[in-house]
Amino acid sequence: MGFVYHIGRYFLLLRHTFHLPEKSKLFFKQVVHEMNAQGVNSLGIVAVMSLFMGAVITLQTAFNIDNPLIPQSTIGFATANSMILEFSPTIISLILAGKIGSNIASEIGTMRISEQIDALEIMGINPASYLILPKITAAMLINPFIVIISMGLGIFGGYAAGMFTGVVAQNDFIDGILLDFRPFNVVYALIKCIIFAFIITSISGYQGYYSNGGSLEVGQSSTRAVVFSSIVIVLFNLILTKLLLQ
Amino acid sequence: MIKLLNVCKSFEGRQVLKNISITFEAGKTNLIIGKSGSGKTVMMKSMVGLHEIDSGEIIFGEHSFSKMSFKERKEVRKEIGMVFQGGALFDSYNVEENVMFPLSVFTELTTKEKKDRVNFCLDRVNLVNVGHLFPSEISGGMKKRVSIARAIAMNPKYLFCDEPNSGLDPQTSIVIDNLIHEITQEFNITTIINTHDMNSVMEIGDKIVYIHKGERWWEGDSQSILTTNNEEVVDFVYASKYMKQMRKI
Ligand SMILES: Nc1ncnc2c1ncn2[C@@H]1O[C@H](COP(=O)(O)OP(=O)(O)O)[C@@H](O)[C@H]1O
Ligand SMILES: [Mg+2]
Repeated sequence: MGFVYHIGRYFLLLRHTFHLPEKSKLFFKQVVHEMNAQGVNSLGIVAVMSLFMGAVITLQTAFNIDNPLIPQSTIGFATANSMILEFSPTIISLILAGKIGSNIASEIGTMRISEQIDALEIMGINPASYLILPKITAAMLINPFIVIISMGLGIFGGYAAGMFTGVVAQNDFIDGILLDFRPFNVVYALIKCIIFAFIITSISGYQGYYSNGGSLEVGQSSTRAVVFSSIVIVLFNLILTKLLLQ
Repeated sequence: MIKLLNVCKSFEGRQVLKNISITFEAGKTNLIIGKSGSGKTVMMKSMVGLHEIDSGEIIFGEHSFSKMSFKERKEVRKEIGMVFQGGALFDSYNVEENVMFPLSVFTELTTKEKKDRVNFCLDRVNLVNVGHLFPSEISGGMKKRVSIARAIAMNPKYLFCDEPNSGLDPQTSIVIDNLIHEITQEFNITTIINTHDMNSVMEIGDKIVYIHKGERWWEGDSQSILTTNNEEVVDFVYASKYMKQMRKI
């Protein structure tokens, strides 16, 4: 009963969220602010994660290929494809679920318990649309760029790791990246990350919006925001992969 | 004028408001008093539609608020100002932006006109040179004042204040009380204040309603409350030993 209740209330909230903003100028300002707060401020952690993931994939692949019949370019191929297909869109989204998700849930949750949401409603503003819509919009716009940056940095991390440790020759690595390069893989990754952006922001917005009680409960809803967005992300990762890569 | 007709409200089967009927007149400072947990906040939030009532009717002026659609309510809400117990200032905006917020959303005023209006409102609550500060940087009393300034920014016809002086020292409380009282008369607002502060009752109560366990228990003014024989009200008014002795005299 609890599960069905939450699903129903989540979709009801979404219905209130997707309302035309009171003033488009204000909405635009909020979206820019959110893109900065969620996206630009996440670049640091995304860069570090991507560089190291790329480097590790390269080293692991090299370590596992000891058969001289398998060409060295496989290492570049494996790194590029792992980053593009899975690590950049999914792992980075999971990291963003932790960072952005908890942030959104605690921000909106605090607004709920300190009656700021009531104050908005009294003024005749639709609080769901005013608070959640700019966050969803901003994340869906900026996350593809973050993921593309992550792909680039991941592949570069692999290249650098190969160069410094000498496990793979530079031109072999680059040959591997270009070998059988499929632009659709990038499209698939971007579709995934846009849907994940929606999942993270809407679920976290929901958790924050229906916080009640005090700061303890806000902490709990922020934890729930991260847990539920992560679970829904891995679930949709499977569904989308089945739908798009067949 | 605001009218409540047979308003009932319950949460999960527990009745919090029991068949309440009251009339609040314009230009008057109406006080709702009662013990903590008696239902004052629920009653106020029901009046402005933050809680949906189970039965009864709430009437603003001529129009039944409880029967309005979301769109119609929105129009009425533009005439409502509300001061929440904790202030409910927007944390991410500074004082000036907080007061300007309703103006930015609902009016087409130029930046200069908005700033003038903000300064007028801040001036009215005796705040100067604090526009750039954030809610976390100002005292409780100042938060209440900013909250009042924000509530009057749109020239409301109706002003709701939930415990405007809880958590304030007695002197600041009196300042806040008088401020609300003056603004009420100055702009002919229908003001409703929740409080459990006897000082406010004596100072500014044009009309006083006593709520007990979700019922409208007693109604009167700051004179009749001292002489009533209603037991609950007497207990509330003369809560302290000191006050009880005063009554004997
Ligand atoms: N959202 C709610 N859900 C369930 N019960 C509530 C809710 N809000 C208030 N109550 C209950 O209603 C009663 C009256 O509360 P309230 O109006 O806040 O009292 P007060 O007179 O101190 O403002 C309390 O017993 C409280 O527990
Ligand atoms: Mg209360």
